[in-house]
Amino acid sequence: MKAIYTDVLIIGGGLAGMRTAIGVRRRGLETLVLSLVPAKRSHSVAAQGGMQASLGNCLRGSGDDEDVHFQDTVRGSDWGCDQRVARMFTHMAPKAVRELAAWGVPWNRVAAGEQEAIINGQRVVLQEHASAHGLITARDFGGTRKWRTCYTSDGTGHSMLYSVSDRAIAESIPVHERREAMSLIHDGARCHGAVVRDLITGELLIYLARATVMATGGYGRIYGISTNAIINEGIGQALALETGVARLANLEAVQFHPTAIVPAGILVTEGCRGDGGLLRDRDGHRFMPDYEPEKKELASRDVVSRRMAEHMRAGNGVESPYGDHLWLDITALGAAHIEKKLREVKDICHYFLGIDPVREWIPVRPTQHYSMGGIRTDHQGQSPWLGGLFACGEVACWDMHGFNRLGGNSVAETVVSGMLISEYVADFCAGREGELNLSSELAGDFLEREQRHLDTLQSSGPRGENAMEIRREMERIMTGKVGLFRTGERLQEAVKGLEALPCPRVSLPRERFWDIPVPKIDSPTRQPLLPRPSCAHHDSVPHIAAKLLVRNSVMMTTMTLRRVGCAICMPYVTPYRS
Amino acid sequence: MSRRLTFDIFRYNPNDPKSRPRTERFTLDETEGMTLFIALNQIRDEQAPSLAFDFVCRAGVCGSCGMLINGRPGLACRTLTAALPDTITLMPLPAFELIADLSVNTGKWMRGMSERLETWVHLEQAPEIDALELAMEPEQAEAIYELDRCIECGCCISACATARMHPEFAGAVGLNKIARFRADPRDRRADPDYYQLVGDDQGVFGCMGLLGCHDLCPKKLPLQTQIAHLRRGMLKSALGKS
Ligand SMILES: Cc1cc2nc3c(=O)[nH]c(=O)nc-3n(C[C@H](O)[C@H](O)[C@H](O)COP(=O)(O)OP(=O)(O)OC[C@H]3O[C@@H](n4cnc5c(N)ncnc54)[C@H](O)[C@@H]3O)c2cc1C
Ligand code: SF4
Ligand code: SF4
Ligand code: FES
Repeated sequence: MKAIYTDVLIIGGGLAGMRTAIGVRRRGLETLVLSLVPAKRSHSVAAQGGMQASLGNCLRGSGDDEDVHFQDTVRGSDWGCDQRVARMFTHMAPKAVRELAAWGVPWNRVAAGEQEAIINGQRVVLQEHASAHGLITARDFGGTRKWRTCYTSDGTGHSMLYSVSDRAIAESIPVHERREAMSLIHDGARCHGAVVRDLITGELLIYLARATVMATGGYGRIYGISTNAIINEGIGQALALETGVARLANLEAVQFHPTAIVPAGILVTEGCRGDGGLLRDRDGHRFMPDYEPEKKELASRDVVSRRMAEHMRAGNGVESPYGDHLWLDITALGAAHIEKKLREVKDICHYFLGIDPVREWIPVRPTQHYSMGGIRTDHQGQSPWLGGLFACGEVACWDMHGFNRLGGNSVAETVVSGMLISEYVADFCAGREGELNLSSELAGDFLEREQRHLDTLQSSGPRGENAMEIRREMERIMTGKVGLFRTGERLQEAVKGLEALPCPRVSLPRERFWDIPVPKIDSPTRQPLLPRPSCAHHDSVPHIAAKLLVRNSVMMTTMTLRRVGCAICMPYVTPYRS
Repeated sequence: MSRRLTFDIFRYNPNDPKSRPRTERFTLDETEGMTLFIALNQIRDEQAPSLAFDFVCRAGVCGSCGMLINGRPGLACRTLTAALPDTITLMPLPAFELIADLSVNTGKWMRGMSERLETWVHLEQAPEIDALELAMEPEQAEAIYELDRCIECGCCISACATARMHPEFAGAVGLNKIARFRADPRDRRADPDYYQLVGDDQGVFGCMGLLGCHDLCPKKLPLQTQIAHLRRGMLKSALGKS
């Protein structure tokens, strides 16, 4: 049994995980990061539009401060967030932006003097103050009262993740790439690390740590169409759930982004509308002012998505072989602006749609985008039920977003939570609770269990059910019945459909979400459908991977549904109340 | 009428003693808007469950899916089959350690390069996060971003004769990074420091200037001008008049 010891084991190499690693390292702790893929390829890299922080440098941002940001965040969450967390966050966000600036993020800057902008479809001239020249600027985003979203063109996540990852390399933080956490090692009260599979050799390893931090991202890929990277399958949430001790929360709070391209589902940023883009229907009519006369295209995301769906249902969508869609029109922004500030959007349109957004409208529709729910933690990022288990970033639910996350608040959250939670983790390790005391026997048990799961699946071989088909069916159910608008009836159908899928079943109690028993320990666990190197043993390993994945995802979706099932009266099903 | 596509795909798993390098042929019907991401997934789902390849973002931004597509390095996820002939040959990127089939270990190579070239902002002191940030000219920020856009896909390395012969060669990706930090006023390093990092045959003087890298970079980074600038800067530094 190969065991690797460290003080703080961080599972996930996206923005949240990397920033946490840097924080704990600065407190003098040993740490290492696990990632399915090279850290810089984590999904954080795909964030386009920007990061919210109330710097208030640009003209349209003046008067902004953490109070205004706080109010926007709370209102944007449909009043569902934890206000203490939102407070901590809005207070830290400007500091996080400045730290990132020092580490190398080339934030776009304010240019003094007359600047053209498009506001509400009109070309206007803004007179930027000379005193702000060269400070970090911001763009408009949905649901915010000020221009608050700091950006580097539309590659914000890329610049952020590269700067943070490079910082981690500077501080010699090891990243164990192509390694997957398969289960958490725990004794019912305390988490001690994880069983990990090397995705190149197939070998199982033990990682033991005083504190374990989950930073594995969202669960968008339980839906068939999602803006998320294909590795965002809710693995971290499932690992926590499977302990039977740690708990999840708000799984039904799934965000649909208004503008993903049709059919590929690839996102084009909210910055398109922030910078002046409009939504149009089959007749070219700009319909958002009809529904939301005040904020129009820049109402908060859940509102815009619901209005779009409503408008399409009323027969105003553009028909296509892939279902109805609407148009995003950014032609008024002009070639120069698009080539500078929306260049990824231009590339995406070019490569995936064969169109030029400078001249042509972009086919879009609301698409699964973000997971507000996740591993429930307190405001310090720790699971109240399983000591030594922390979570931050999209995998977590310390409940900053309630039922709707504001655009630009997520990458900000990842870095802020990394800054804060690394301190709490270090405090934890410094205390008595934080000592490593684990019988190697327990670790061995967990390893053996994992090995048995793999062996069982392997011996069942590639015969029997086709895991890919099961997966597709699951995605179809989620997309078709658990979408933007939900009804009790369709949710029931979805639960039935998922339960009927021929895969190892997990039975969960109907009544109480908070008390989920351990899904049978001796049944196999999850696996991401990362196109994986087939490992040493056998050709059927990818089959195992697929089966594990299906099982896992079905477990997640069933969980989601249970929760939704008892929350039918929640804001997700009723039209927006303002 | 939709086309029937033929894929000739390199197969080999160095971890499996029974595996031998070979090419396997698969066929499938082309669908509208099909990318190599869609096609490869379909082949794996229906015909070759053990086929290994890497995709993450499937949107051309994460740099995972570089491979030789009919002999040319490129990002598979954003390559439409419509742009390719009926027969498509897929090979792993050369110059990187092969994991299996089309999957190569670019991550390990890039980390090694980052450590050797110290690809991070070298700060004068710890950042002061409670004070107003330092101002920067808007054009300067844009110029840094221009070079910051590299996605570490490795296409330039696969296109580079020097990199294929010398595993420690910085390559266009490394040289571009040095150019990026050199353009960044927050980095306190000066040319003599950079000279220590890339002033030799493993660095800018190993480059033969044939510019396969420039033509193939999927992010269209201005590699040609950057390498030329850097070479001039390093020459000056060598002559002691930086
Ligand atoms: C297309 C797109 C655009 C976006 N744009 C914006 C934006 O403009 N502004 C904004 O605020 N937000 C945006 N978001 C949201 C934001 O990008 C994400 O919420 C955020 O980056 C998540 O970061 P993370 O660190 O929590 O997780 P991720 O970046 O997803 O990282 C997860 C990490 O966990 C690892 N991992 C997962 N499972 C395991 C396992 N079992 N074992 C080992 N490692 C594992 C992965 O390898 C990866 O390294 C966008 C999202 C999408 C989809
Ligand atoms: S320089 Fe271009 S080709 Fe080379 S790794 Fe970067 S993005 Fe890829
Ligand atoms: S120009 Fe230099 S870096 Fe680019 S491919 Fe040629 S030798 Fe390699
Ligand atoms: S999968 Fe990310 S660039 Fe191709």
